[in-house]
Amino acid sequence: MDIGGINPVILVASLMVAAVPIMLAALGELVVEKSGVLNLGVEGMMIVGAICGFIAAVASGSPVVGFLAGALGGATLSLVFAFVTQVLLANQVATGLALTLFGLGLSSLMGQGYNGIKPPVTAKVPFGPLTDIPILGPIIFGHDWMVYASIALVALVWWVLRSTRLGLIVRAVGESHEAAHALGYKVNRIRLGCIAFGGAMAGLGGAYVSLVRVPQWVDGITAGAGWIALAIVVFASWRPWRVLIGAYLFGGITVLQLNLQAAGSGIPVEYLSMSPYLVTIVVLVIMSSGRGRSSLNAPASLGQNFHAAR
Amino acid sequence: MLRLEKRPNPSRFWLYATPILAVFLTMVAGGLLFAMLGKNPIAVIKTIFWDPLFGEFAFYLRGQLLVKAGPLILIAIGLSLGFRAGIWNIGAEGQYIMGAICGAGVGLAFYPTESRLIFPAMILAGALGGCAWAMIPAILKTRFNTNEILVSLMLVYVADTILAKASTGFLRNPEGAGFPGSRSFSVSSFPAASNPELIAGTGLHWGGVFALAMGVAAYILLQRHILGFQIKLAGQAPRAARFHGVKPERLILLCMGLSGALAGLAGMFEVTGPAGKISIDFNVGYGFTAIIVAFLGRLNPLGIVLAGFIMALTYVGGEMAATNLGLPSAAIQVFQGMLLFFLLGVDVLTNFRIRAAIPGVS
Repeated sequence: MDIGGINPVILVASLMVAAVPIMLAALGELVVEKSGVLNLGVEGMMIVGAICGFIAAVASGSPVVGFLAGALGGATLSLVFAFVTQVLLANQVATGLALTLFGLGLSSLMGQGYNGIKPPVTAKVPFGPLTDIPILGPIIFGHDWMVYASIALVALVWWVLRSTRLGLIVRAVGESHEAAHALGYKVNRIRLGCIAFGGAMAGLGGAYVSLVRVPQWVDGITAGAGWIALAIVVFASWRPWRVLIGAYLFGGITVLQLNLQAAGSGIPVEYLSMSPYLVTIVVLVIMSSGRGRSSLNAPASLGQNFHAAR
Repeated sequence: MLRLEKRPNPSRFWLYATPILAVFLTMVAGGLLFAMLGKNPIAVIKTIFWDPLFGEFAFYLRGQLLVKAGPLILIAIGLSLGFRAGIWNIGAEGQYIMGAICGAGVGLAFYPTESRLIFPAMILAGALGGCAWAMIPAILKTRFNTNEILVSLMLVYVADTILAKASTGFLRNPEGAGFPGSRSFSVSSFPAASNPELIAGTGLHWGGVFALAMGVAAYILLQRHILGFQIKLAGQAPRAARFHGVKPERLILLCMGLSGALAGLAGMFEVTGPAGKISIDFNVGYGFTAIIVAFLGRLNPLGIVLAGFIMALTYVGGEMAATNLGLPSAAIQVFQGMLLFFLLGVDVLTNFRIRAAIPGVS
């Protein structure tokens, strides 16, 4: 049952894989923005995570080590951002851009000599006979563990932000840093923690790109996924489950256009490959205009630095 | 422990001293990086910052400086106006590409006509192309309140694919044996559309002339014109700006359009001059590096002109270091990224005093 040379079951199964990097990165950025910080360096943290994860996985032969190293790499880089914006109180937009420019250069420098190497394969979770169920088998039971972990992380972030004390503190800091400070919370320290979490998630997403999605190392491997993740946070109006929907939507478009390219649909390749970016713009426009104004849900202190005068 | 105390007014001394301090700190940190890569840090720093100016091949490299600085200054001046007003156009790379494609397209449409009007028409088309590309995020921002940062950046990737299409499709050289890339704009093959060096050995082409002129024009705009005042006001005190009668929408359209036009011009001059033709990878990231230049110049037009030359040094010297010392070109990119970090970081000294906190007193 192919439609236009594309099997819908395989399409859905592969969009779940394609969505993992942007989902993880967007989820991390969501927490960062919930705490009132706008980190535009997602692309940079992702790509550094991608190369750190790749190097560690190749060196150790274990994808798990790779993912951990990716998260660590992303978090380490994000601490640079955290130091410059939270301690030295620099403009967040500009510092985020710096992080991306720096990360792109750093990853390319670290990745020299890693072109053309295959990383160790990330194993699929053995569900046994469940995988053979028609349609549902490949979609629900046919993935590697990171796909399930990413969904679990969405649930975890949702739960923590909604129903724990920690989540309440993070949201308070993001909504009104003055009030949170007056209550005795260390605004900049809490934000620092959130930034590091966001960095780790972006790094994890990046590692998934270089270890599973592509899987090899090429310069500029993330190709704007970090920016799309930033757009997804807006699309999701800062709600974790909507991040999941957004990521699947964009994963779907990416996979669909790749499939259309392969199937020879007659649409020029260039127009297909620009489609994810165009769709992002269209979605941003829809989300930020009219009644569904997502900006109304934006954390009130987003992008503002906090300096405790007293 | 140390703590920060907000200055009542920004320090004038640090306003000028921070860029110098940042460059110095970048040299130190960059030196460490080069040492880690197994290169002699002193030699690399000397190759980047000294040799292009006073070294053995300086007579040639000095000209290259203006070639690199021209587009950087042109783009950065446009960006700085927006940055001052709190409007973040970070898609200059896309506007640069679209300006180049539009400018080149107009020129190629007249091939092989010889007329003095072709080049001015191309300049106009380049500016309009870049401007139109920047108007997309600007109009979406004013009309739908869409984030201009994300939209302008997304359009870079779109412009990239259009460029690929241009060089393999609609602008491909029909006599190029199927190879990607447009007809050449060199003086010998298409003189009317060419953008050659104006004074031999200086590297000055029309792009450089425009860059320097725009530096002066932007300085006058900011210092003497009501619009410049409004831009500065909107950035420093948005509420006060509204009471003053500044229309934010108008300012957004203007700043974005202007920065797009300048980026488009830079692309057009690059493709008809130093690059020579439209090809898939004629753009080398000037649109992004220009962001660093804008901050290095402290968003001040004259500062940006100076900053453009410093950044050009890292390009020219970086290439020298790559060929002579085997320094990976990505190391220069890291170096440039570091510079932006240090610039933003040491800026704390302009607005804050660092005081030793006395324990128990706060």
